[in-house]
Amino acid sequence: MQFLKSSIGRKVLMAITGFSMFLFAITHLLGNSSIFGWLPGGINAYAHHLHSMPSPVIWGFRLVLLVFVCIHIWFGIQLTIENRAGGSQQYAVKAFQKVTFASDNMIWTGLLILAFILYHLAHFTFQVVSPETAALSNLDVSGNPNVMGMVVAAFQNIGITLVYAIAMVAIFLHLYHGIQSFFQTMGWNNDRTISAISGSGKLIAFAIFIGYLAIPLTILVRILK
Amino acid sequence: MSEHHKTMTFTLIVWRQKGPNDPGKFETYTANNITEHHSFLEMLDCVNEDLIKSGREPIVFDHDCREGICGMCSQVINGMPHGGEKRTTVCQLHMRTFKDGDTIYVEPWRARAFPVIKDLVVDRSALDKVVQAGAYISCHTGGVPDGNAILVPKGAADEAMDAAECIGCGACVAGCPNGAAMLFTGAKVSQYAVIPQGRAEASRRVKSLVTAMQECNFGNCSNHYECQASCPKGIDVKFIARMNREFIKAQFA
Repeated sequence: MQFLKSSIGRKVLMAITGFSMFLFAITHLLGNSSIFGWLPGGINAYAHHLHSMPSPVIWGFRLVLLVFVCIHIWFGIQLTIENRAGGSQQYAVKAFQKVTFASDNMIWTGLLILAFILYHLAHFTFQVVSPETAALSNLDVSGNPNVMGMVVAAFQNIGITLVYAIAMVAIFLHLYHGIQSFFQTMGWNNDRTISAISGSGKLIAFAIFIGYLAIPLTILVRILK
Repeated sequence: MSEHHKTMTFTLIVWRQKGPNDPGKFETYTANNITEHHSFLEMLDCVNEDLIKSGREPIVFDHDCREGICGMCSQVINGMPHGGEKRTTVCQLHMRTFKDGDTIYVEPWRARAFPVIKDLVVDRSALDKVVQAGAYISCHTGGVPDGNAILVPKGAADEAMDAAECIGCGACVAGCPNGAAMLFTGAKVSQYAVIPQGRAEASRRVKSLVTAMQECNFGNCSNHYECQASCPKGIDVKFIARMNREFIKAQFA
């Protein structure tokens, strides 16, 4: 239990849960990219494939993710509160040499992402935001829920696209600091690797940002219909 | 002197605090007749002479060797520990790095673990408590051993020496937005962990140092690496990674 009380132990848990969510974000993006039609049947077939998995698998996966999210948020808030009490914000003049906007605002981008996840679940999982275009009540020609129709209808609305775009900026900033932070906290870093890890972390964060943004933007400008 | 040297004048905004319980406030002073060869501490000496002559209380600050190796001087200058010059302590910071007429903010280290004692002097005994928790080797070493009686690979010796370059000034804590002492503690853990003499107790050491660090109210690292930029000895954040590694390994030891 000493491990869970120590700052390093709690950070290791945050690193592992955070990295798992990062891996989920990549998988989710790859799956969602089926909307561009590389998979026969598009995103509807992909969604059907996911939902035809045995329900213990689906619910087991959801449960693990939920637990990971909760651990990450719980320790994130706890460590931040401890830090705000112990830090150097009382300086009249403080000139940071290394701190970035991303690294300084992990708690806020994190909470923004949490708010987005709740909205995103209500929007596309529980489908209560725009019930008239809900995939579950609008089946496509092969009898599958029309996810494509739901997503396209949503992102043709500039307001919804804007909400998603802001959330993607938050995810970008969170990963911009988070990916390299994972390696440092796990101790898988040294002076020879740090710039490569940091650099590729930022690049991957940007790639995820562009990837996720591509879907609502191509729909908004009517490339994807 | 002023005939041979161009002199400069500075406006200093200095934190003054009578004691640990005094709320403290900034006072403005003028530093006159300062040459480019004055160190920052010598400049403060000049200001203090003027203050004493006019019957006022001089600015209290920590200093000792004045050659950049003891780790006593501890001032945040214009928002940067030791003034932000690369690998430079306050005593080795020279006034040539400032421009005539500059306004300079001088503040003490500020962190929950470092309460202010007076003016620019803070209590850094929290760092000693971390060291006392186990940043040493607990066996008697006896007399000087024969050379190469214990084989230490060159790379390991270099790594240990790089970590041991820490002078314990606390700039890493002062610079850290969280007031964390991970760079200091990481350096202590690493300097012993990489050499055979220290390896035997590595697990026990890292656990007790990390616990002591927390008990002393230091913050938690969030990997900003501001500590490395603040460090007058350029201690690398790779030692924090090594401490994290050692700490995880110690859970299985």
